[in-house]
Amino acid sequence: MAILVDKDTSIIVQGITGREAASFTKDSLDYGARIVGGVTPGKGGQEVFGLPVTDTVRELTERFRVDATIISVPPPFVKDAAFEAIENGIRLLLVVTERVPRRDVVEIVELCRLRGARMIGPNSLGVISPGKSRLGMVGGPAEDVRKSYVPGNVGVMSRSGGMTTEIANLLTVNGLGQSTCVSVGGDPIVGSQFADLIDVFEADPETHALVLFTEPGGAMESALAARLRERPSRLPLFIFIAGKFVDQMRGVRFGHAATLVQSEADTTEAKARILSEAGVTVVEELSALPGLVKEALNG
Amino acid sequence: MRLYEHEGKTLLEQAGITVPKGTLVSSGSAADAESAAGAATFPAAVKSQVLTGGRMKAGGIAFAEDADQLNSELTRLLGSEIRGHRVETVLVEPRTQFDREFYLGITYDSAAKSAVAVFSQAGGIDVEQAGAAVKAEIPLLLPASGFRFKELLASAGLQGRLLSGMTGVFTKLAGLFRDYDCILAEINPLVLTPEGKLVALDVHVELDDDALYRHADLVKQFGLEGRDADARERSPLERKAEEIDSADHRGVAGRMVEFPGNLGLLIGGGGASLTAFDAVQRHGGKPANYCEIGGNPSVWKVKELTKLLLSREDVERIAVIMNVVSNTRVDLVARGVVKGILELGLDPAEKIAIFRIPGAWEEDGFALLRKYGVPYADRTVSIDQAAKMAVAGAGGER
Repeated sequence: MAILVDKDTSIIVQGITGREAASFTKDSLDYGARIVGGVTPGKGGQEVFGLPVTDTVRELTERFRVDATIISVPPPFVKDAAFEAIENGIRLLLVVTERVPRRDVVEIVELCRLRGARMIGPNSLGVISPGKSRLGMVGGPAEDVRKSYVPGNVGVMSRSGGMTTEIANLLTVNGLGQSTCVSVGGDPIVGSQFADLIDVFEADPETHALVLFTEPGGAMESALAARLRERPSRLPLFIFIAGKFVDQMRGVRFGHAATLVQSEADTTEAKARILSEAGVTVVEELSALPGLVKEALNG
Repeated sequence: MRLYEHEGKTLLEQAGITVPKGTLVSSGSAADAESAAGAATFPAAVKSQVLTGGRMKAGGIAFAEDADQLNSELTRLLGSEIRGHRVETVLVEPRTQFDREFYLGITYDSAAKSAVAVFSQAGGIDVEQAGAAVKAEIPLLLPASGFRFKELLASAGLQGRLLSGMTGVFTKLAGLFRDYDCILAEINPLVLTPEGKLVALDVHVELDDDALYRHADLVKQFGLEGRDADARERSPLERKAEEIDSADHRGVAGRMVEFPGNLGLLIGGGGASLTAFDAVQRHGGKPANYCEIGGNPSVWKVKELTKLLLSREDVERIAVIMNVVSNTRVDLVARGVVKGILELGLDPAEKIAIFRIPGAWEEDGFALLRKYGVPYADRTVSIDQAAKMAVAGAGGER
């Protein structure tokens, strides 16, 4: 049983008729994801790759069991789409849209808390359990996904979507498969942070080690360190922190919306220090990662 | 996007929070300055309007006892630079006497994934160091309710009329934060005058750039259209890169920051660009720039950026490094880089230190690179190995 997304996870796509959504829907079906339908208001009755398109989420939840939804709608409509999913009983939301207003993100998080739902993203490329299923578009078309991702026992969480695939590929070419890989999203506030998802990975018998990718800015790492100080992990943890040069460039944003050093705590140096003190192996050179993981798995 | 103090004060006033009655003076307007001097109440506070903190310490805020002093301060401040920001306008206000100063702020806590209210009895310029702040999460799903602020303020020891008055101000500030999609709304200091009034002497408002679309009124009122989201000065080359990026909507390829090195970088996406830049430095290379490409940029865009980078005389070669791509097409980036170099009459095999982008359409991309003898690396070569190759000039396959 893979975590978050597995072979029998039943998925819908909100915004399925959009160009990007249609494209990742097809790629995901090719990869074996169980997508049962999609929603685009005003386009009910159409079909996309043989899947029913409805005007409302309810029409799909009445017909199918729906475990997860992928939300790929323009930023002004994300909050309403997320609320619609949550209020119709869907408990896992993946938001791929970027540039969602901060207030909307926080309101979705608050409704998730009230209803016991989980949001991954916004600005996430998705979640993949290699060889089983995928939620979102991480890794691209099915044949590309198969090159970068293979089944195995290393979990991956990354603030960068591209680096989720890059790290999986690095593990794959060095003979290490992955259990589940999560692109948590590059925005200042995301629904599921490292500290939220570590429990899920720890509860997964198929995950034997966990690799994280992070960047300057944000408080996700200090939250993880606090969690680990309180309750150490059963998993060997590795983190690669990119953007050392950003430490010297306060106030300048690089790459993702959250990648900005405003205070000492935002620097890669501070993050490396607190995580290392909390028992996480800070990987200095990306190429060294597979060797370190193998050592931990064999030792 | 950060608002000027006088814009923030306009919002506070609209929200019903008391601010000093100020006059705005622009540079180059003698009439403005004269009427300000005529209308001013003395003693007056003379405050440069720049988008940076620490104005007091940097000499951007002065006080004037009379019209002569005001005129000389206006002359000194207008057109001057405060912490690298040119002073275009100055706010002149009656100087407010006060007995106590406080800090009130509402912002987002990214770890808590919530809006938070922060209060400190030690307002003023060193509030960050002063500590002793109290915090409370403010739910946004529920209608705003004053009791949350009352509880917070009571926990900080406020009582009586001050507690009630401050609760009112905080509740209004929270309304403003929410109504205008702020990511920060901070009053520092909020002062208690000898007459028992609470007055906001300074305010720092940051709007959520991603929510500006639903505040057309504000964009119009303050002329926010085209205001730089971050106030960093761009170099001519950086501005040119932005022009290239906005001239073509396909892909992102323009966020450029110059460095004094000799190795030009075309790197992406968000995380991999940081990884590649660090790796180049780690292996002793000197990057000439940071930039982020992604989202499947067009051949034209990559070509123009390549030419732009190589237009800098000290840039000897360029390294092209991305994570394993699925959306961006390897062949299009390869064509753009090679075409740019050919258009400059140079040899791609000489000018490209390494091309390492594995993924979508890689066969076509690699075939083109082989044709021109360009050193490239596939997915079996990691980002930092590729950076090392670029620095060593050893290259990969050709």
